Amino acid sequence: MAAVTASQLADNERALAADERRESRQLFQLAIPALVIVTILMVAPIGWLFSLSFVGEDGGLSVENFTRIVTDGAYVSIFANTFQVALLVTLVCVLLGYPVAYVLTILPDRWSRLVMLAVLVPFWTSLLVRTYAWLVLLQRRGIVNTGLDALGLIDRPLPLVHNMTGVVIGMVHIMLPFLIMPLFSSMKAIDGNLMRAAANLGSSPSHAFFRVFLPLSVPRLIAGTMMVFVMCLGFYITPALLGGGKVQMIAQRIEASLSLYPTWGPASALAVVLLALTGGFLLLSFAIVRRLTAGR
Amino acid sequence: MTLGAMTALPVSISSLNKYYGSFRATDNVSLEIAAGEFLTLLGPSGSGKTTLLMMMAGFARPSGGSIRFGGREVVHLPPHRRDIGMVFQNYALFPHMSVGENIAYPLRVRGTGKAECGERVLKALDMVQLSGYQDRRITQLSGGQRQRIALARAIVFEPRILLMDEPLSALDKQLHETMQIEIRRLHDRLGMTTVSVTHDQRKALTMSDRIAVFSRGKLAQVAGPSDLYEKPASRFVAEFIGESSFLPLTKTAGGLAYGGRPLMLAEAGDAGIADPLLMLRPERLQLARPGETAGEANIFHGTARHIVFQGDSLLIEVRLEGGDTVQMRLPNGSRQKDAIPAAGEAVALMLDRRDTHVVRGEA
Repeated sequence: MAAVTASQLADNERALAADERRESRQLFQLAIPALVIVTILMVAPIGWLFSLSFVGEDGGLSVENFTRIVTDGAYVSIFANTFQVALLVTLVCVLLGYPVAYVLTILPDRWSRLVMLAVLVPFWTSLLVRTYAWLVLLQRRGIVNTGLDALGLIDRPLPLVHNMTGVVIGMVHIMLPFLIMPLFSSMKAIDGNLMRAAANLGSSPSHAFFRVFLPLSVPRLIAGTMMVFVMCLGFYITPALLGGGKVQMIAQRIEASLSLYPTWGPASALAVVLLALTGGFLLLSFAIVRRLTAGR
Repeated sequence: MTLGAMTALPVSISSLNKYYGSFRATDNVSLEIAAGEFLTLLGPSGSGKTTLLMMMAGFARPSGGSIRFGGREVVHLPPHRRDIGMVFQNYALFPHMSVGENIAYPLRVRGTGKAECGERVLKALDMVQLSGYQDRRITQLSGGQRQRIALARAIVFEPRILLMDEPLSALDKQLHETMQIEIRRLHDRLGMTTVSVTHDQRKALTMSDRIAVFSRGKLAQVAGPSDLYEKPASRFVAEFIGESSFLPLTKTAGGLAYGGRPLMLAEAGDAGIADPLLMLRPERLQLARPGETAGEANIFHGTARHIVFQGDSLLIEVRLEGGDTVQMRLPNGSRQKDAIPAAGEAVALMLDRRDTHVVRGEA
C-alpha cells in the first residue's frame, strides 16, 4: 500500500475541520424554529413589558411608575404581603411535602405508585375547580366546620376561608406536587446502602437520617423550595377567591392597576419589579445549591 | 486503643432460615466460624450467600434460627447495635463528607473525642496506605482508593467481626489481585473474624481460610480452598470451583468403570458414591506418548477436536471413544511444542491415580 503523504494528511485535516463546521451549522439550523418561537413568545413580550413600564401617565418616557411603587406605602405593603404569603405557603409545603416524599421512597413500589397517584390527581385537576372546591369545603357551613362541630371539637365555626388561612390552604394544595415530585426523584436517587452503612457504623435510624439522608436531600429540597416560592409570588386566582379581599397579592394589584390607570405603565412596572425580585431569588438559590453540592 | 491486633469473636449460625413467601433464600443453614477466621461465602446469584450476610449485618430478618457472635444472640439486635464492620458492594461512602469525615463517622457516633478521632483516622488511613487523603472528597477518589477508604471506615472502630459484600466486584480486573492480597494482609494484621461474599471462585480461593459453597439456599460444602478444589463433594461444587469435565461411571464388582474399563481411584472409598461422576481437571490430564505404559495412571483414548491458544496454555478439547467430550490443558512451553496434537489426531490422555477423584452427580 502506498504511504500517505504529508499533503494528503493536511488535506484530510482541512476537510475534517470543514465537516465539523458544517455539522454544527446544521445543528444550529435545526434549532432555529424553536429559537424563533421562544423569541416571539418570551423575549419580545418581556422586552415590550419592560418598555411599557417606562411610559408615564402622559404617554411620555418616565420613571414615575417605579417611584410610585417605592414611595407609596400601599405598594410596599402589597409586596411585603406577597412575599409573606409565599414564604408561609412554601414553609407549610416543605413541612408536609418532605415527609410525603420520604414515605414515597421507602414504600414498596406498588404502594408508592398509589400514593403518587394521590399526589398527582389533584395536580391534573383544574386550578379553578380546586379553588372553588376549597371555598365550598371551608365555608362557615362547609363540610370541615360541620364535621368538627359534629365531633364536638368546636362550638362555633372556624374562620377558615376569606382570610389568610384559606389562601394558605388553597395554595399549599396546589403547590405540594411541585415540591413532592422533584424531592421524590432526588430521594429515590440516594443510594439505600448509605443508610445501611450508617446503621452498620452505629447510627440509630434517626441519627442516620439527620447525618446522611437529610444532608443528601437538601440541595434538591432547596431547589424545589425556591420553585414553589417563586411560583407562589405570581398567584392570582386562589388568593383572590379564598382571600375574600383581605389578602392582597401582587398579581391582584397588577390587575387592579390595569383598570385604574389609563396606560399600561403602572401595571407593567409592578410586573417588572416582581420579575426582578424573582430573578434575584432564583440566582440566590442557585448560588446556595452550588455551594452545597461543591465537590460532589 | 490503637489499631493493633483485635480480639476476634467466633460466629455461630444455627438452623438459619429466610423465606420470601414460598422461596427459601436460606434453608436451614448451620455454620461455625472460628474467631479470627477468614471465611468466604461462595455461590451463584440467588444461592442465599448475600441473604446470609445481610442477616448477619441485621439488614434482613431471619424467618427462624440463631446467629451468635461470641455466644451472644444477635438475631433481635438492630444493625446499629451489632458493632460489626462492613464493606458494601459499592462501598457506600458518604458523598457529602470528606474522606476523613467518612472514616471518623463510626468513632463520632460512639462519642470518641475529636483529638482521638483525628489520631485514629490517620492511623486507619496509614493502614490502607492512603496517608494524607483525609481532606479529599469521595468523588476525587479512584475505585481502588474508595475500596481502601471503605475498608478503613469499616475497621477504624475495631470491630471484632468484619463483613464484606462482593468487595472487589466494582474494581478493574487489574486491581483485583493487589486488593485481595491487601485485604488478606489487613485481616492477618488485625485478626478480626472476616466473612466475605463473592460469586468469583478465584477470589475465594486466594483470600480465604475456608470457603462455604451455597447452592439454592443450602450449604453445599464447607472446606479449605485446596480441599475444595481437590476433593469437591459434588458436581455442583466441582463446577463452581475451577474448570472440569465429568465422565459418567458405572459400578462394577471391583469398583468403578468408565466405558467398561475399570478405573484406579485415588480413594477406594469413592466407589461407594451414589450417582458417581469422574471429575477431570483440565490441567491434571496429560498426553500419553504412544506405547507409554500407564503404570499408576488411567488412560483414555480419543480424538483431538479443537486446540485453543490461551497464552499461558493451550486448551485441547478431546472427544473420547465413549462419546464424551473432555478438556485438557497443556502448558505453553517449548518442551511441549512437539507434543501438541493436530485437530483430528488420535490422542491418549493420562490421569494419575492420585488425581482420579469421583464426585456425586446430585448437588
